[in-house]
Amino acid sequence: MIALNRPFTEEKIRALKVGDEVALTGVVFTARDAVHGYLHDGGALPPGVDLRDGILYHCGPVVLPDERGGWKVTAAGPTTSIREEPYQGAIIRRFGVRGVIGKGGMGERTLAACQAGGCVYLHAVGGAAQVLAEAIVAVRNVYFLKEFGSPEAMWELEVRDFPVVVTMDAHGRSLHQEVLAASRTALAERLKEPAHSA
Amino acid sequence: MRLRAESQSARFNVGRQCPNLGARLYEPQRSSFKIKLLRVTDSRSDRKFGHCLWEPRVDRFRANPYGGKAMSTLQDSLIELIRRTSAEIPDDVQRAILLALEQEKQGTIAASALQIIERNVELARRKSQPICQDTGSILFYVQHPLSHDPIAFEESARGAVRIATRKGYLRQNSVDSLTGVNDGTNVGPGSPTIHFHPHRAPELDVRLILKGGGCENVGAQYSLPNEKLQANRDLDGCRKVILDAVLQAQGKGCGPGILGVCIGGDRATSYEFSKRQFLRTLPDRNPVPELDRLEQDIVKTANELGIGPMGFGGKTTLLGAKIGALNRLPASYFVSVSYMCWAFRRQGARLGPGGEIERWLY
Ligand code: SF4
Repeated sequence: MIALNRPFTEEKIRALKVGDEVALTGVVFTARDAVHGYLHDGGALPPGVDLRDGILYHCGPVVLPDERGGWKVTAAGPTTSIREEPYQGAIIRRFGVRGVIGKGGMGERTLAACQAGGCVYLHAVGGAAQVLAEAIVAVRNVYFLKEFGSPEAMWELEVRDFPVVVTMDAHGRSLHQEVLAASRTALAERLKEPAHSA
Repeated sequence: MRLRAESQSARFNVGRQCPNLGARLYEPQRSSFKIKLLRVTDSRSDRKFGHCLWEPRVDRFRANPYGGKAMSTLQDSLIELIRRTSAEIPDDVQRAILLALEQEKQGTIAASALQIIERNVELARRKSQPICQDTGSILFYVQHPLSHDPIAFEESARGAVRIATRKGYLRQNSVDSLTGVNDGTNVGPGSPTIHFHPHRAPELDVRLILKGGGCENVGAQYSLPNEKLQANRDLDGCRKVILDAVLQAQGKGCGPGILGVCIGGDRATSYEFSKRQFLRTLPDRNPVPELDRLEQDIVKTANELGIGPMGFGGKTTLLGAKIGALNRLPASYFVSVSYMCWAFRRQGARLGPGGEIERWLY
């Protein structure tokens, strides 16, 4: 397990490679379809938000008000990332993003942007809403809440030891491509042989 | 789209078709009733959508077998069924996850993913919180005696879903497909879905499956023969397309997954029957020998492909495969594959005459 702490410099990110398990500590910004569409169409970041060396999280958390007038995250698993493929590469380049957390992996264009800009794709365990919510220690702020609604808003979250796996690195490698290719070959081989008999 | 919403009331006669839903409206003991419509207008195209907010109030149904106290007991039982389904994974699935964890090599990312999954299962149970934030499509399967009143049951179930959503057992998860409006209740056309199966026995068994969207998206239906996959209209052809579905899904359905498969039927019944396979427990064996062999083979072969938990690579790609067959027309041969994620939420309860839970079914 590699501890990845703020600041997320290009050097630290480039040192990561496919298959590394990472415990992330620092600040992440949630962004789903609405935020990606908006930023991709030239929308400005809200005042006070800087994504340079920042990390985006494909997540629509369930957030409830807490007793002290703040917020509390009760579930925060990743959502399917591939929906953001048309936008992600451009956003990584435009804002200098260093990491994207999600599930299911992303495509060629994102992989190219990761390699060019020094960024990684970090895969969280899909469905592990409770474990991941526990790694979120504070909600620091929320943006676009009125415009996009709660799941689509941009939540600024402080995470501690948030568990992820590097599945696309800054050197052009993608675990998703590799597993797909290997499993395709394995299946073709298996189909040449008879089925298992019970 | 710029949407403007306004609400209106209208009076309808019982039995009339709802102009928005196309469904027939009913309400016992009344000849007409008021319905509330949310009219949504897209100001750019001036296109109008209707969104029906009609909700028969549960307490109006006094003259049914669950009238009064029994009605609320039934509803309470259904709320508890929803809570338990959402927060507690059934024993057979948890055992399968633990077994998979033993089999993956320690120190691999596959093993860590399964450890996180296992920890999540425990945490959800302890905190009585949803296992996964996508609490899924709400699918009830009700086996009931002939004397049972399905209309009253449906109203209780809709009420229970509403309350379970308010309590946070279910996420606000149901969206009007035309307007994009999520009214936050989880109740609307098709939600919840309730399948009634009468039987000649006194028991009332209610089973519930919550099926998430990520895994639903990787389901697939094949029409055989399929030239590209060289799949003919026989069991070997079925095997090829089922394994193709596993290959295409990779880790995207939050694997390790469980397959529900139907061979035959029409497009609709086939998918429906494939989902019903999820009511079976993982260790059970198919009584039809050919299907049993196919089930065992699919799991073994899929686990040799190296896709692994979350598609990280590894030994556990599937935790199970359950296959059923329906008659088909001579002209068609469908194989429908439903994929269930590791967050396999299935529970059931046998209910007593007053609607109380007598025992759990899983
Ligand atoms: S596929 Fe299942 S585990 Fe994954 S996010 Fe959807 S409901 Fe949750």
